[in-house]
Amino acid sequence: MMGFQAVVLWSDVLIWLLVAAGAGVGVMIAKNPPLLAAWRRVGANRVGMASATVLLAFVLIGLLDSLHYRAQLESKPGQKAVFAVEVLSVLDALAAPLRSRNEKTYSAPFATRLYAKETMDVPGKGTVRDYPRLKHGGQHLGEREDEVAEDAAMTAFKAGVLAFVGWLGVFGSVAAVNRKKSPKLKLREAAFAWDAVLLTLLLILVFAVPLFWLSGYYHVFGTDKVGQDVLYQILKSVRTGLIIGLVTTLVMLPMAVLLGIVAGYFRGWVDDVIQYIYTVLNSIPGVLLIAAAVLMMQVVIDTNPQWFSTAAERADLRLLALCFILGITSWTGLCRLLRGETLKLRELEYIQAAQAFGVSSWRIIVRHILPNLMHIVIIALVMDFSGLVLAEAVLSYVGIGVDPTMTSFGTMINNARMELGREPVVWWSLAAAFSAMFILVLAANLFADAVRDAFDPRAA
Amino acid sequence: MLKVDNLRLGFTAGKKTLAAVDGISFSIEKGETFALLGESGCGKSATAQGIMRLLPAAGRILEGRVALEGEPLLSLSEADMRAYRGGRMAMIFQEPATSLNPVLTVGRQIGEVLERHLDLRGEAATERMVDLLRQVGIADPERRLTEYPFQLSGGMKQRVMIAIALAGEPELLIADEPTTALDVTVQAQILDLLGKIQVDRGMGMLLITHDLGVVARMAHRIGVMYAGELVEVASREAFFTQPRHPYTQALFEALPEISRRGLKLTTIPGQVPSLAAMPAGCRFADRCAHVMQGCREVSPPWREVADGHTVRCHWQGEAAEDTRTRHAVTELDIDPGKPFLQVADLKVHFPIRKGFLQRTVGHVRAVDGVSLAISAGRTLALVGESGCGKTTVGKALLQLIKPTAGSVTLGGSELVGLKSRRLRGVRRHMQMIFQDPFASLNPRLRVGEIIAEGMGALGVETDPQARTTAVAALLQQVGLSDEAINRYPHEFSGGQRQRIAIARALAVQPELLICDEPTSALDVSVQAQILNLLKKLQADLGVAYLFITHNFAVVEYLAHDIAVMYLGRIVEQGRAEEVLHSPQHPYTQALLSAVPAPRLDGHAQVIRLPGETPSPANPPTGCHFHPRCPKAMDICRQTYPRVTELSGTHTVSCHLAD
Repeated sequence: MMGFQAVVLWSDVLIWLLVAAGAGVGVMIAKNPPLLAAWRRVGANRVGMASATVLLAFVLIGLLDSLHYRAQLESKPGQKAVFAVEVLSVLDALAAPLRSRNEKTYSAPFATRLYAKETMDVPGKGTVRDYPRLKHGGQHLGEREDEVAEDAAMTAFKAGVLAFVGWLGVFGSVAAVNRKKSPKLKLREAAFAWDAVLLTLLLILVFAVPLFWLSGYYHVFGTDKVGQDVLYQILKSVRTGLIIGLVTTLVMLPMAVLLGIVAGYFRGWVDDVIQYIYTVLNSIPGVLLIAAAVLMMQVVIDTNPQWFSTAAERADLRLLALCFILGITSWTGLCRLLRGETLKLRELEYIQAAQAFGVSSWRIIVRHILPNLMHIVIIALVMDFSGLVLAEAVLSYVGIGVDPTMTSFGTMINNARMELGREPVVWWSLAAAFSAMFILVLAANLFADAVRDAFDPRAA
Repeated sequence: MLKVDNLRLGFTAGKKTLAAVDGISFSIEKGETFALLGESGCGKSATAQGIMRLLPAAGRILEGRVALEGEPLLSLSEADMRAYRGGRMAMIFQEPATSLNPVLTVGRQIGEVLERHLDLRGEAATERMVDLLRQVGIADPERRLTEYPFQLSGGMKQRVMIAIALAGEPELLIADEPTTALDVTVQAQILDLLGKIQVDRGMGMLLITHDLGVVARMAHRIGVMYAGELVEVASREAFFTQPRHPYTQALFEALPEISRRGLKLTTIPGQVPSLAAMPAGCRFADRCAHVMQGCREVSPPWREVADGHTVRCHWQGEAAEDTRTRHAVTELDIDPGKPFLQVADLKVHFPIRKGFLQRTVGHVRAVDGVSLAISAGRTLALVGESGCGKTTVGKALLQLIKPTAGSVTLGGSELVGLKSRRLRGVRRHMQMIFQDPFASLNPRLRVGEIIAEGMGALGVETDPQARTTAVAALLQQVGLSDEAINRYPHEFSGGQRQRIAIARALAVQPELLICDEPTSALDVSVQAQILNLLKKLQADLGVAYLFITHNFAVVEYLAHDIAVMYLGRIVEQGRAEEVLHSPQHPYTQALLSAVPAPRLDGHAQVIRLPGETPSPANPPTGCHFHPRCPKAMDICRQTYPRVTELSGTHTVSCHLAD
């Protein structure tokens, strides 16, 4: 057993704090019947729960990728332990084969040979120009290179069957628990949309298990310019996307909520000041503002290398700074929305009734206005999540996004874009990044819809 | 002409279809007005939409036939139906403000109909439009054609709406609560107009309303709807002299009237059954005073009691005055003691700001010198049409709006200009009940928390245990069970919500309740319950009411004193008898005569007021009322009349009384 040294990055702290906060909110919701009722409605929504399952799978990957450590290097006994410079995560350890089995350069999905011809010395034939065999992809086939399809299909089928058996186990236990709780009700009729969850789980398992199984033998999504497995990059991008989506919302939310409500409730000069601020912010092209801030931050980071003991720490801080900058620049939309809604709410009669009782302004805001804005906040939160994941992609594409050493959907797309112009085209890197991002964003949006429907006061 | 036969309309909710209109049949002759009368949610508007085939997306026509001059409408294709809508049948909606498109000129909106149905364009169309606007009584029609809806007043918008409806020369006009959103004086104008046009053109009219007064004025025949069914159809005379269905009778009994002063109003117990849980037998059985054994099992068939008077009821007895429930609740005349709230020359002016620097260029004089006095245990009704500033007075009294000038003294201490901390102590003595019970309760708080809020904020009761007990007692007092504490407002009906709002106001034991139209959003039967409750509370607790309203029936029933407001000023003030029986100000006289009475003989002489209330930003010189006053003299145009004392309690501001 190799020793290791745990590394806690700032973003890890935030992510785990978020998990803790999520659990805390969960407990709070369980104690508050109306909130619980609203979330029950989310639970009864089939599309919502299916997308929640997909989101959960992404979150799981992100969490696994948020436990960092430095492996111990081999050293003679008695010597002080030396740790690797490279910071790895649990996900890296689990996906070690994916991480380490690099090719020389591009190779298509399920290829056995590189995508570019090379001059090789073949014994007996002299120097030839041909596509060289991959070091790892399809090695087990040996000479039977043309049997890739059969082999892959066979493996996928076996893994699929295995996944199905595993799923049956889950299904059986859920059904058993359900029967115990309410013997008469069929699973289909349960209050919680178990059918949707199980079906999505089945899809995920039947898709993911064979995929990972096959990835042991092939590069299922191909490799990139430096021969790295694209599937591995996708997995690593998930955490970046989640952090951008979640942490940014955290930065933005308090500002938007506070300023929006204060502007709408107090009106007058307070409203004027806040409006001027966000109008000014809005009138500067967003990308330029972010670009300027990112470049300044980069200079600071580059001039102070002594702050960071590893490259990972530097990349991590840059990611957080990006979140912060995105947060600072993207609160205006929600703020405007909340201000408008508060303007409407403050004229409502129950607010006036509270004023007639002499209830203090802050108490009115906390007790009467904020709860009635919560549905907007929750919707904006979930909606913004997808927007921010996309924004990161755009920024990284322009080159002002995350650290180049950090994998993200944006950097993947950025790296792939040059290859779109070559013939034959290298499509897999882009396609894989796009599909993964599409699934993540679509799931987030559908979930947001379900949440919005459930929290809509008219439906309550 | 129009024949509706066993029409059933439903709304789909999830996989179920709930029948909102369940098999109604009626017919309308040429030149006849048929009124569909019913409380909210009984399906009367859905019927109109069904006839026009304009049901909302979830609506379905389940079965039945609708025929116009023998031509079946329900089997027509959508394209053919469009020739009927606006052409042979036209509709007027309730809210004139939202039924006109704000970005199109009046001319464009009328022209649309002319082009579609009469193929009129250009010169000919303009001529026709001018003609139409003149018919609906709009002065200077050429100019109005080029104006946008926002440049018109509410009454004028409704006139334009009528002009649009008339443009296609319809044989049938469907008017869905055409005057509900309008003031009484304007309502009288619009009803007159509708009646005149109908006679001129010989149109059939389907009038949908909940107002018995409007029915009495307009209808030839009346159909009463209850929970999706017609329960009684009668001619106007029969309907007002001999209503047969217990529901119809109860509706009449529930009306507040001057003759019922001091008596408890009859209420209809319970609520309209929900669409999802319609009883099998008679739908009114659970609330009926004459319920019999068979009522709950068998739905009653139509029974003809007189020529043209049919009723769906098993009960065949005569309407008997039920005196048991009619006992006196309050002594009518509580002596006006020393007034504990005195308002002197109260002014609320809102600045009109313009331009980049937001300079004040003028003032909206919402309240312009109002003086009032309220003594304990009495009810002062503040009456006026919309925009006259009566709600602003209420809010200014509570210091929810800062008065510009004047004084409000409560028990000897001056409230105007008090710091908010000091004001808090005073707030205990005055509370407010609002108009809309759906907007006045925070949907996110439990009933218990809502009621306890005032106690917490004003420090009336700090011990949580005692507070819960107090809340339960309050709920009891307003006639709700204490189970309500842990429930949310949306679980209650409008009337119950208004009770909760009353309980909230009572929680701090105020001596004065400012009631801002507390029953105008409620149905007649529910209104009766709330009025009874208010009277009972006054008798039990001795609280005084400032009753802000435009509903004269309620005023006649409830008020001890009356103050009539016009354009920010009180024009007449006095004890209820004095103002109601011998009104001195022409405006009061006109208001009183314009109120449609739910009686056959209620419309002897209506004083017509031309035009509408002017803007308080730019009031007329001299007496504010002179442009509309039938008795205006030269002096009225020059100086505002001073207050004339007619008796110790009755004052009026009019040159005539001078």
